[in-house]
Formats: sequence, structure tokens, C-alpha cells
Amino acid sequence: MSAPLIEMRGITKSFGAVKANEAVDLSVAPGEILGLLGENGAGKTTLMNVLFGAYAPDAGDILVEGKPVAIRNSADALAAGIGMVHQHFHLAPRLTVLENLLIGIPGKSGRIDRAGGLARLAEIGRQHGLSLDPNLPVSALSVGEQQRLEIMKALFRGAKLLILDEPTAVLAPSEVDGLFAALRSMAGQGLGIIFISHKLNEVRALTHRCVVLRHGKVAGRVDDPANTTSAAMAELMCGHEIVPPTKAASAPGASVLTLDRISTAGHAGTPLRDVSLFVRSGEILGIAGVSGNGQRALADVISGMLPPRAGTMTITGKTVTQFAPRELQALGLGRIPEDRMTTGLVTNLPLADSMVLPRIGTKAFSRKGLLNPAAIRAFAEEQIKAYDIRCPGPMVRAGALSGGNLQKALLARELAFDPKVLIVSQPTRGLDIGAARFIHEKFLAMRAKGCGIIVIGEDLEELLMLSDRIAVMYEGRIAGTLSGAEATVAKLGLMMTGAGHTEKAA
Amino acid sequence: MFRLEARSSTPAWFNLALPLIAIVATLILCSGLIAVAGANIVEAYGVMLSASLGDSYAITETLVRAAPMIFTGLAVAIAFRAKFWNIGAEGQLLAGAVASCFVGAIPMPGYLAMLLMAVAGAAAGALVALVPATLRIKFKVDDVVSSLLLNSVIYYALMALIEGPWKDSFSGYPISPPIEDSANFPVLIEGTRLHLGVIVALIAAPLCWFLIARTTLGFRIRVTGENPEAARYGGINVQRVLISTALLSGALAGLAGAGEVGGVHFQVMSDISPGYGYSGIVVAMLARLNPLGVVPAAVFLAAVMTGAEAMSRATGVPAFLSDVIQGTALLAMLVALLFTAYRVRRVGASA
Repeated sequence: MSAPLIEMRGITKSFGAVKANEAVDLSVAPGEILGLLGENGAGKTTLMNVLFGAYAPDAGDILVEGKPVAIRNSADALAAGIGMVHQHFHLAPRLTVLENLLIGIPGKSGRIDRAGGLARLAEIGRQHGLSLDPNLPVSALSVGEQQRLEIMKALFRGAKLLILDEPTAVLAPSEVDGLFAALRSMAGQGLGIIFISHKLNEVRALTHRCVVLRHGKVAGRVDDPANTTSAAMAELMCGHEIVPPTKAASAPGASVLTLDRISTAGHAGTPLRDVSLFVRSGEILGIAGVSGNGQRALADVISGMLPPRAGTMTITGKTVTQFAPRELQALGLGRIPEDRMTTGLVTNLPLADSMVLPRIGTKAFSRKGLLNPAAIRAFAEEQIKAYDIRCPGPMVRAGALSGGNLQKALLARELAFDPKVLIVSQPTRGLDIGAARFIHEKFLAMRAKGCGIIVIGEDLEELLMLSDRIAVMYEGRIAGTLSGAEATVAKLGLMMTGAGHTEKAA
Repeated sequence: MFRLEARSSTPAWFNLALPLIAIVATLILCSGLIAVAGANIVEAYGVMLSASLGDSYAITETLVRAAPMIFTGLAVAIAFRAKFWNIGAEGQLLAGAVASCFVGAIPMPGYLAMLLMAVAGAAAGALVALVPATLRIKFKVDDVVSSLLLNSVIYYALMALIEGPWKDSFSGYPISPPIEDSANFPVLIEGTRLHLGVIVALIAAPLCWFLIARTTLGFRIRVTGENPEAARYGGINVQRVLISTALLSGALAGLAGAGEVGGVHFQVMSDISPGYGYSGIVVAMLARLNPLGVVPAAVFLAAVMTGAEAMSRATGVPAFLSDVIQGTALLAMLVALLFTAYRVRRVGASA
């Protein structure tokens, strides 16, 4: 193998008493795709922020093509040929693709060099097969296209090494294939790539080599990811064996939630068209589908955020009339939103506030308009203990918690009130294996207690593992429903593209 | 080289330290102006301090000035908590003054008159604040702009009233007829101007704190301000919360107007408020939107205002310095707030 493109030697970085990285060594050769694995908080992001110049390491060296370099900020990193695609994109939505590419690029005598930019864009298109309409505003791009633009931005600035922080977390399965093809082609051109992910099957499919971090240290290296089992890698990540949850035989009871020919209008995204489905007590119904096929509208209708234009919904036998969150909650519905940070929690207020938010007006937390701070605190403390939510206490800012702990907090706030029906969207997106396993176990425990659960998700393996039945959404309709026994990734994948309809009511 | 690094948490003592640091920075910055005016800085600030807080009479004068700013400060603090950007406390104060003066001029038993003046003042202020809130909810009109511009509308409507139909026929000046003597707020200490309204303002602050911190409405205001999307998902009627906040905020600003009419001026004139509504924004920011912090913040600004006049007489420094101090204090506080979210790090010194 040729000399490494980038080498990090003995990188150590502490935040107060916490050692986020300790003596980490890592190198990437030209043309190599390196997987960087680790649970949440293992130090992956810190390490990459050191490489990209956001943090100065306490100790250790960074070598670019064999020469030590000091990377003090992102400009230094870019100059050294390091480009990073963050999980959350850094784009100006009202500017066009070309304008976004040209941000920070010196112009010609005070004027923006559009012609030069277009030429460079065409070159990138030829070299790496990446292209976008340069005159489209970013706000008109899909998430996958925005990500492509971020990659193009890095290439535009002459990146030789590309860091991608959990790039697939925001993509639909079909977009993931496109991304992987592009990454492979770029590696083929001699680019080095660091691919950060939780998803072991993706890492196995894409990377040439892996570095696994645990508690800030290198826990192991995998030289042949394609021929290493996910279980072995998971064990390296967690430090112990991961046992899949056992699922008891299903014994569904009566229907607890029924949607009858629900249609919606006036909603961002695909509206629902004549959607009928039901979920029974003690049953998990998975909703599969390529994102943007009406899942958002379905979740919004069921959770009371979007009154339907036509159709009826019944919860535990009672017909819903208001489609307001409070009414549905009173009927026994628990809800976990797709977006924890924007819809679920109030990041700037204490965690306890977020945990009691949907039921603040109930007798549990207030009386005659006066809050009961002691009860609120006690409830939060109790749930923090019961769900092992890692945090300094109930009064800590919710935003200070990690994704997995926030998801546990949201789960706790709903399950504490024994819902008869639970609707969840993307329950384990962005969570590591340990946290995801915990969430799965809770769902299965609720199922055993007779709760009817609807899981909307894009991770087919997760849906197959959890669901008793899986309905597939396509263009705002239910394209078909399969029982857990007959469903496979291949069958679901086919239905998700609109082919192979099975005309059966869900 | 220095650079800013995001903080994960803010120490509790920052809440107290930041306003104090901002005030000290303001006084240091403004001492340059005193020096330019040719006065001794220590002497000028000394006169300011003794004239505003030096003896019991001075203290009562400062409190009388602080009262309207406590009300407008509370109005702004509560509105900003919900991220209802009410820049219109000035107009709401003026509307409250007009309404309470109108009621106070009607002959009736004194205590009933005072009560009705307060109710009318609060109602008028609330009604004015309802305008930007409704425009925002119904038509997505920016509340900063609408509430700010409404101040001019109310001010010139007031001018039109006292120059025209409401002109005091007795004096012939562009002022409204005075309220009934029996409606004048009682003076609490003989020989001072310390009136009942000041006590009401001092009581209003802890009540507002209680409302924000300990009631479900306060909870909803806080959550709606921090994350309206999560509030809606959590079953909070965000529009209703905004309306309630606007009514409450406007009512508090309206009470400031009622206090000025009933306790200080006993009638309405064009300069009944030297910008107390705008000062309320400074007060609320210095208080970090905490209703309890509004009282010391308002007292500080009031002391600067009362002290500046005495300082001007003693040292020749123009009394406008008080406006400069006010503006600088707001800017200093906004800068200080940066340090709640970021820490300054020295970088590159060793590299």
C-alpha cells in the first residue's frame, strides 16, 4: 500500500475530566475507504473534529502525505486537502447550488467568478460522476441532493480526504445505494474516505478497513470488514456480546386503533389517499416505505397534528373527533415523534419540563393552573432511574443529553402512562446498538402487555425483527400488507417501489 | 488569538454576574464622555449616586421613576419569554394612560376610581398588544415591526386627542383635563411623591415570577417560546398562548400608564413617558427576562435618570448622558449574553 494520505498519531483530547480521545492512531491511504465505528460518545466525532480543526488536540500529531501539519481551523484543514460532510448540512437554503459552492472561494477582482465555478463543477461531474443543476436554489433540493452538494463542496475545494459523519442517517435506502456508488467511484480515483456510521451492514458493504473506538480508545481494527460478522464488530463496539431480543409468539386481541379511508390535504409532503389500517392489542404493525411516501402525514394524523380531510379514526372503540394531541392522549395514545430535537423536546429547558410537557395540564403535574414542581421533579427522577437515562439530573438542559438518552426520555414520558396504542417514527435513527436494543426491548415488553404499536421506519431489518405485520406505503397509499412470516427484505423492497401490489386491506 | 467555544452549560452565578459586569462596563465606557465634557469622572458619578440613592427622599424619587419601568420591564420580559417580540410597550403605556385618565376624570368614590383606572389602563394596553399578536397569528406579520410602528400611531393619536377634542379647556394647553382629586393615588410617605402605584409595581414583580415559574400558563409560555413545534406536539395551543401572553404583556405596560396618570401627572400630556416603554426592553434584558431581576434593573435605570439631572447641574455634563448609559447598558448586556453560550479560549499562543 502507498504512503498514507492522512495519519493521526497518538491523538489525545480531554474535556475537563473526560478523555474523549486517548492515544488514537489512524491512517487512510489514497483510494481507501476507512470505516470509523463506535457507540454514541465513543469519541468518533471528537476525533474527526480534531482532524478538521474544530478542536486542538492535547497531544498527538497529524501528518498529511507524510508531513506533519498544524490544523488550527477548518481553513487549515481545507488547505491540507481534508473535506468534511457533517451530519447537519451547512448550506445557505436561499442561494443556488453554484453560489453555495462558491462561498468562501476568492473571486476575481471583487466579483464572483461564475464562469470559473461552472467549469470546475463540470470537471467534478466528469471526474466523479456527481452533478446537480447549478442554478437550482438549495431549498429545492432533496436531502440526498443536499448531501451530494456537500460532497461536491469538499471536492470543489480540492479535498483529497473526505470525512462523512453518519451520511446514511438522513437518507432513504435507495439514496444510500447512490451514495455508495459515488463513494466507491471517488475512492477509485484515489481519494481517501473516512466513513462514520452505526450501521454495521453498511460498513461491511462499503469499507476496506475499520477502526473501532470505545471510550475514546481504539478498541480494535478490522482488516476485512466484508468477511467479518456484524456480531463480532458489535462486540468490539460495546465490549460485550449483543444478544438479539427474544420475541414471544403473538397473541393479538381486539383492534385498538383503526383508520378508515383517511385522506389528507394541505400538508408538506405526500398526502394520504384512502388509507385504511388497524393495529390490534398486543401487536406491532410496521410501516415500511421509501421516505416521502406519506409516512409523515400518517404519523401526523395519528398523533393529532393533522386533521384528515376525509375518513374516520377510532381509538379503543371511540371515534376521534378533534384530532388534537390532547384528545388522542386522553383516549390512550402514546406518541414518539420522528424528530426528537425539534418536535419532541425543548432543548433549552430542563429535561424534566420536556418529560412532563404533554401532560402538564393533568392532575399528575398541576392543580387548578398551579404547577406541582415536586411532582414534576419526582416523576422525572423516577423515569431517569427506571430507563437508565444518563444525565446529571432532571434539571439539566435537555439539549445536553445524547440522542440515545433523549429517545429514552421520550419513551419514558409516554410509557409511564400505559398507552393502549403507541405510534413511533424512526425509533432508533442515529442511536447506537446498545440504545437501539433497549428501545426494541421496551416495545416488545409493551406488546406483551397488550399495547398496540405502530412503528414507522426505513430500516427494514428493524421492522422485520419487531413487526407482526408490515404495511408498505407508496405514494400516500397502503400498497399492501404482509405478515411477519411472509415478509422479507426483497418482497418489501419490491412493494416499496410500487411494483407487485397485493390488494389486501391492512 | 482568542476564539469562542460553545459551552455545554452555563453556571448559575452568571445570571447575577453578567448584568453587574455589563453595568460596570457601561459606566467605564461612558466615563470617557464625562471626561470629554471636561468633568471629573469620580465626582460626576458621585453626584449621580448621591442624588439618586444618597438619602431617603432621593430614594423615593428613584423608586417613583422605577415604577413605570418595572411594569414595562415585566411586560417585555413576559412577552420575550414566549418569543412574542413586543417592542410596543411604549404605545401600550400611552394607551393605558389615556384610558385611565378618561376613567379618573369621572366623579366617583376615590378607591373605586383608582381600581377602575387600573382596570381601564390594563385593558387598553392589552387591547393595543392584541393587534401585533393577531397580525402575527392571522397574517404572519412580523411582530417586531408591527408593535414598534404601532407606538407612533398611538402617540400621534394621543397628540391629536389633546390638541383637539380632549384639550383642557381650563388651561388652554395641549394637555388633557386632570383626573378627579379623589382619584389621585395616595402618597405613602408625607413630603415625597412615593405613591400607591409604586407598591403595586413592586408586588407585580414577584407575582409575574410566580406566574412564569409556577403556573401551567407560565409553563406553556416558556415552552412555546423555546420550541413552538414541540409545544404544539405536546398538546399546547400555541396561538392561544401567544394571545394570552400579548394580553398579559399589554396589560402590564398599560398599568405603567395608569400609574403615571394616577400617581405622578394626574393628567395626560405629550411627554407623559420619556420612553419608559423602550427602557422596559433594556430593563428586561438586564434582568435576563426574569421578573424578579426586573426590579433591580429598573431601579438602576431610574437612578441613572434621576442622578443625571443632578450631575448635569453640578458638573455641566449634559443630562443626555443618562440616555447614552441606557443604550450602552443594553449593548453591553447583549454582548455579555454571548458568554452564556460561549467561552473565550486562548488559542495559537503555544502553537
